[in-house]
Amino acid sequence: MPRLLKKTRFTAIATSFALVFTLVYPVTGSADSKIRIMTATTDLASLAQEIGGDKVDVESVARGYQDPHFVDPKPSFLLKLSKAELLVVVGLELEIGWLPPLITQSSNPRIQVGAPGYFDASRFARILELPTGQVTRAEGDVHPLGNPHYWLDPDNGLRIAKGIQTKLSEMRPNEAAYFAQRYEAFEQRLKQSDQQWQAQMKPYAGRKVVTYHRSWPNFAEHFGLNVVGYVEPRPGIPPSPQHTVELIAQMKREGVKVIMVEPYFDLKTPNSIARETGAQVVVLMPSVGGEREITDYFKLFDYDIAKLKKAFDETH
Amino acid sequence: MKRFAALPALLLFSAIAHAQDASSVLVKHTATPASAEDARMKVLEDQVRALAGEVALLRSELKELRDTKSPEPASSQQVLLASAHPEPGMLPASPAPAPAQAVQTQTFGGASGNAKLLNPDISLIGDFIGTAGHNNVAPGRSLEMHESEVGLQAIIDPYARADAFISFGETGVNVEEAYVTFTSLPGGLLLKVGKKRADFGKVNTIHNHALPFIDRPLVTNNLVGGEDGIDDSGFFLSRFLPAPKNWFLEGSAEVMRGDSADVFQASRREDVSVVGHLRAYRDLSESTNLDLGVSYARGHNNLGSNFLTNLYSGDATLRWKPLRRAIYNSFLFRTELVWSARDQFSLAVPTRLQTQHAFGMYSSAEYRVNRRWTVGGRFDRSGHATDSRLTDSGFSGILTYWPSEFSQIRGQYRFGHLATSPTDFSNANEFLFQFLFVMGAHGAHPF
Repeated sequence: MPRLLKKTRFTAIATSFALVFTLVYPVTGSADSKIRIMTATTDLASLAQEIGGDKVDVESVARGYQDPHFVDPKPSFLLKLSKAELLVVVGLELEIGWLPPLITQSSNPRIQVGAPGYFDASRFARILELPTGQVTRAEGDVHPLGNPHYWLDPDNGLRIAKGIQTKLSEMRPNEAAYFAQRYEAFEQRLKQSDQQWQAQMKPYAGRKVVTYHRSWPNFAEHFGLNVVGYVEPRPGIPPSPQHTVELIAQMKREGVKVIMVEPYFDLKTPNSIARETGAQVVVLMPSVGGEREITDYFKLFDYDIAKLKKAFDETH
Repeated sequence: MKRFAALPALLLFSAIAHAQDASSVLVKHTATPASAEDARMKVLEDQVRALAGEVALLRSELKELRDTKSPEPASSQQVLLASAHPEPGMLPASPAPAPAQAVQTQTFGGASGNAKLLNPDISLIGDFIGTAGHNNVAPGRSLEMHESEVGLQAIIDPYARADAFISFGETGVNVEEAYVTFTSLPGGLLLKVGKKRADFGKVNTIHNHALPFIDRPLVTNNLVGGEDGIDDSGFFLSRFLPAPKNWFLEGSAEVMRGDSADVFQASRREDVSVVGHLRAYRDLSESTNLDLGVSYARGHNNLGSNFLTNLYSGDATLRWKPLRRAIYNSFLFRTELVWSARDQFSLAVPTRLQTQHAFGMYSSAEYRVNRRWTVGGRFDRSGHATDSRLTDSGFSGILTYWPSEFSQIRGQYRFGHLATSPTDFSNANEFLFQFLFVMGAHGAHPF
């Protein structure tokens, strides 16, 4: 029996699709409700929370112990993004591998690139390692727009917070005074904490360290560390035997005693380098939430500095 | 004139960065040549006067802007900044303080504007395939630059973005996909218009270079149009659907012209094909998730407008990827089932009409052993769309090496038990290898 084309059948299919799509979502977002904020990383979530206080609901896509270059754009994030009023991103192409499809598929006009609800935090931060001259991937997975791990400098944290304050005040002009007051309190606390951090790190100023990935230039600059080498031969390229041998020689020559590693990298190579050189491997957290106890932006530096301090003390 | 163009940029930026007073920067430019000749002096004085007027005007404008707008620095202003350096010949030789100022303040924000301007993201993916061994049913070429896929991707305007993937084979060019996506529609709707791989199952949506195998499963070749699959021009509408807690539901409805490889063919304008897809997704834990889908496709086949092909499919994917070790270890299991019902002339009595029912499926698994190596396998079984008495089966073992994120070397052993008649089979033993390389910024693929 051939099934011949019947107009009615086609209409039935079309109607059923139409029915499915006319289901109406409840209208969200009145002027008094909390601002729903999604951030790419936990650090930005923490900063947004500091400024937004109880006027915002903040959630991060990436977890603190996850490599922010490689995040799966899971559909479960889409639902959250579709309801967000503000999306805060790190920018500088850090999230290029996963955020663009999420933004597009969220079908949320408010957070599309360039829309008022799209907030690129890098625009407010001091960016290091801006490449000069030609950029090619012979240098590995380089970031042509500069190093995107800029949040690890408290000064940048403050700058980003200021930007968030301005943005939130724009979105809820009635609450502008609240956000301004939260920012001032944050600024004061951060400056105070920074003085303590600086004081703790002062004895180790100029210490040479090796890091796994180029995640720490802003941190190193702020706290006076001297990053002299990387476990990765090039950004994003796994360690190679030849590079490891060279690095060991360099560390011995220059007396480097600390290897800083992000929590999402394998410790095998760093450990073997440490064995050869008598250095210590320190797993430092580049983001809030990397460990359970790192619940906010302040605790992030508390944690990292305490660990570094311990490592410096033990290796000398 | 350049200086005047530079002024607003300097002024705006210095205000934003709370830098030193812009006017003083400018005065330093113009006030230095004290020892120059009178004529030059006079010209310069005039310039200073003109500039002072300009500064006053810009200041008032700036004040207005400050009052009305947020102080967020727009990237366009940073672009201007690059041209804000005074040209050497413009003023008598004296070290101008302005460039230093500009360089210092430019470290706020990346080089976002300057690097790309308005070019789309351009990429090329080269896909080289070699085949060795025996296959008497569907012999492939020994060495082949299978495709060079050029990708152009950009945001079109505040309401849309567009993606185009043009694939150059060794002998021809094919618009694999080219579509605009409207991202700002009301009601949570997402509309894509253009030519696109339809949302029929999983493997149909995946580009060649993103597949976890070198070839496509037998079921794709036998029932769903082969390498190109259901890939057609039309409208592609999708929307999230209300779902139980922790579930994600998405529905897609797609209407296309009705020409897709050898599955669908439109003889008249009315012969459009439709695809419907329902996807259900759930996170089982932070590192494990389940992805289910059902799809339906309907179109007219190559026998004419009165002959329909209906395709039904179900797919299931289980993924595991521990977040802390995401770049080292992951596992994926996927299976897809496809049923085809094709109207055609009876094989036994060629004057009678008949619907051929065929079933095909594949199951595949891949495991990332470490950062550079992935092992995988696939089991295939599929009937022929035009002759339900013929059923092919096979299996593959796949090994992939990644020198970096931007290149990939893969080997695949493929065994096929391929039907040549209802009673005869031909065995195929083949070794395939593939080199993939990525140039430029290739956008992320759908999850």
